[in-house]
Amino acid sequence: MLEIINLHASVGGNEILRGIDLKVNAGEVHAIMGPNGSGKSTLAGVLAGRESYQVTEGKIIYNGHDLLEMAPEARAREGIFLAFQYPVEIPGVSNTYFLKAGLNAIRKHKGLEELDAIEFLKLVKEKAKLVEMDETLLSRPVNQGFSGGEKKRNEIFQMAVLEPKLAILDETDSGLDIDALRTVADGVNKLRRPDNSTIVVTHYQRLLNYIVPDYVHVLVDGRIVKSGRKQLALELEDKGYDWLRDESVVNA
Amino acid sequence: MRKENDALMAQQMNVRNEWYLSSFERFEKSLNGEAKMSVHTMRRAAIAKFAEIGFPTTHDEEWKYTDVTPIARMHFKPILEYKSAGLTAEDIERFTFGIPNLAVIVNGHFSKELSRLSDLPKGVRTGSLAEALRNDTGIIENHLAHHARYEENGFLALSTAFLRDGAFVHIPEKIVLEEPIHLLFISTNPGEPFVSHPRNLIIAGKSSQAAILETYVSLTSNKYFTNAVSEIVVGENAVLEHDKLQVESEQAFHVSTIHIHQERNSNFVQHAITMGGLLTRNNITAVLSGEGIESTVNGLYLGTGTQHIDNHTVIDHAQPHCNSHELYKGILSGKSRGVFNGKIFVRKDAQKTDAKQTNKNLVLSDEASIDTKPQLEIFANDVKCTHGATIGQLDEEAIFYLRSRGIDLGKARDILIFAFASDVVDRLNIEPLRDHLHAMIHDRLETEREQK
Ligand SMILES: Nc1ncnc2c1ncn2[C@@H]1O[C@H](COP(=O)(O)OP(=O)(O)OP(=O)(O)O)[C@@H](O)[C@H]1O
Ligand SMILES: [Mg+2]
Repeated sequence: MLEIINLHASVGGNEILRGIDLKVNAGEVHAIMGPNGSGKSTLAGVLAGRESYQVTEGKIIYNGHDLLEMAPEARAREGIFLAFQYPVEIPGVSNTYFLKAGLNAIRKHKGLEELDAIEFLKLVKEKAKLVEMDETLLSRPVNQGFSGGEKKRNEIFQMAVLEPKLAILDETDSGLDIDALRTVADGVNKLRRPDNSTIVVTHYQRLLNYIVPDYVHVLVDGRIVKSGRKQLALELEDKGYDWLRDESVVNA
Repeated sequence: MRKENDALMAQQMNVRNEWYLSSFERFEKSLNGEAKMSVHTMRRAAIAKFAEIGFPTTHDEEWKYTDVTPIARMHFKPILEYKSAGLTAEDIERFTFGIPNLAVIVNGHFSKELSRLSDLPKGVRTGSLAEALRNDTGIIENHLAHHARYEENGFLALSTAFLRDGAFVHIPEKIVLEEPIHLLFISTNPGEPFVSHPRNLIIAGKSSQAAILETYVSLTSNKYFTNAVSEIVVGENAVLEHDKLQVESEQAFHVSTIHIHQERNSNFVQHAITMGGLLTRNNITAVLSGEGIESTVNGLYLGTGTQHIDNHTVIDHAQPHCNSHELYKGILSGKSRGVFNGKIFVRKDAQKTDAKQTNKNLVLSDEASIDTKPQLEIFANDVKCTHGATIGQLDEEAIFYLRSRGIDLGKARDILIFAFASDVVDRLNIEPLRDHLHAMIHDRLETEREQK
């Protein structure tokens, strides 16, 4: 599904990602953990095609495509979805209007019929129910005035509508109350299919009780310093990151 | 050197003015008996004023960013009388937006055969100003040229000198109009460059309620000049929406003066939308001359290519306890240029004034520009006045967010531009206009995108 090879990326001349290697197979869930500022969102952004990052070295192969050559929308149409850590507020653009445009662009790319207003509404209601999102949020401007939790839920709702192959959830758990966390995680689990993969960026082991990862990676200072099975997350919760920081220095 | 230049300029200006002075002589002859009407004394005074002041120049503070030389140096021929130009109802259908009450003005002259005014409630007058000059002398004497004064500038002086026809609307006391009245101004093809001076007088009587739309369109690709003036009187307790849509051709010069006179407890709402014209100047003045007035003056301007769009607004708080709201938004692409100048006067007696003004601009290309200037002149001490202006580009984060959901870059930009414009369009209360404008803006964005 996804193979990241020796990825280096910088922002404004500062190198943030300093040689990432990661392989995600179809059907797998990978968790990425790591201290603040270690580069998790940068990695997620590079995968989704955020243009403010410069990739200086390395390659990303996604389902046979050279991902770095693709525009953000082309990636989305090929099934990449990023749930933003900080969803953007877009005044004047209704949540369903923009999502319909996105879904139909993706469907068109797949050679499917575009959905008309009625079909779309039906789909949207169904998915809103799945992630227990308040229907009044559908017609409001994208994320505008949404609470922190509502914004996160809106991300998962969009994911449910767009049905990506590779979903990258960047701290979707932060800002969610405990019940919301469970519904959102349930939503993610219901959407899982043997041919879909998920990358979950999180600070908390708690989420991983619900969305159980196949692998856990620890990102420190722009490198994956440790990978393991889901027990690694528990270990991190216990010991923090400092012991790995030391290890990364030793490795470097 | 300087002196010589000035002398040369003065000479050039005289030559330009000459053209209108001799046009006026021809106009006068064409009037025959009408030249005996009292309005003609005013015409003569106005042309004398024009001879004296001529066209404004960029030395004029009020015209600093808008050079009207391209208008001044052209020999635009005045259109002295109504000719149907072979227009049929079918030709103009697409401009009517399905609004049932329609008054059509062709090249500045009211067209009886193209207008549809039979459904108006009894007592409501909508028709030709020329006719009102003959039959409604009371109203004419009380209002015509009292609000928009010809001494103010050369364009108003010309409008008054060549004053002959346009739209006249009178809504008597307490009448509530269910359907809007559409005043449709069409410029069409007499071959050589021409000028029309549509002159409109709109009177909303005490406690009346109505909505009026002025639309300016072209059916010609020739160069021409529209010098439009509307005087609007909003009587005590009246509620009036007045919208203006300018979608003239890219060969059109459009100078528009709208003067609104509001009386106590009246509520006036305006949206001035400019999408057309090569050079547009809107002078909009609202005088709040009674207590308890609400006045909303909004605008939207979309410039592309080499369009120049200048909006000058004046909100004059003359009396206490009035609120004014002003939102002007501009979208400038290509090499277009925008100007916004928003003046708010709060006179000495206008205590408890609440005035709010906002001007927001999206500048979409390096070669497009906007000059924006709020001007507050406050002579009362117990008032609330706020103003703010922004100039910006599209939000990159928002664009990325949309693209990350599969929407291509061009469409993502359009969605954001559309939303920016809709903020004004959605405030329109004339529903068919709102729908048409959404479609027009959508089409325009699409065309521009295809051209890239
Ligand atoms: N646009 C930017 N300009 C400057 N620095 C940036 C920019 N984006 C990211 N950075 C820097 O890159 C580093 C990594 O940021 P990133 O957002 O990837 O961290 P993170 O691991 O997601 O952190 P957190 O856990 O706090 O979300 C940080 O030091 C951050 O300040
Ligand atoms: Mg982050």
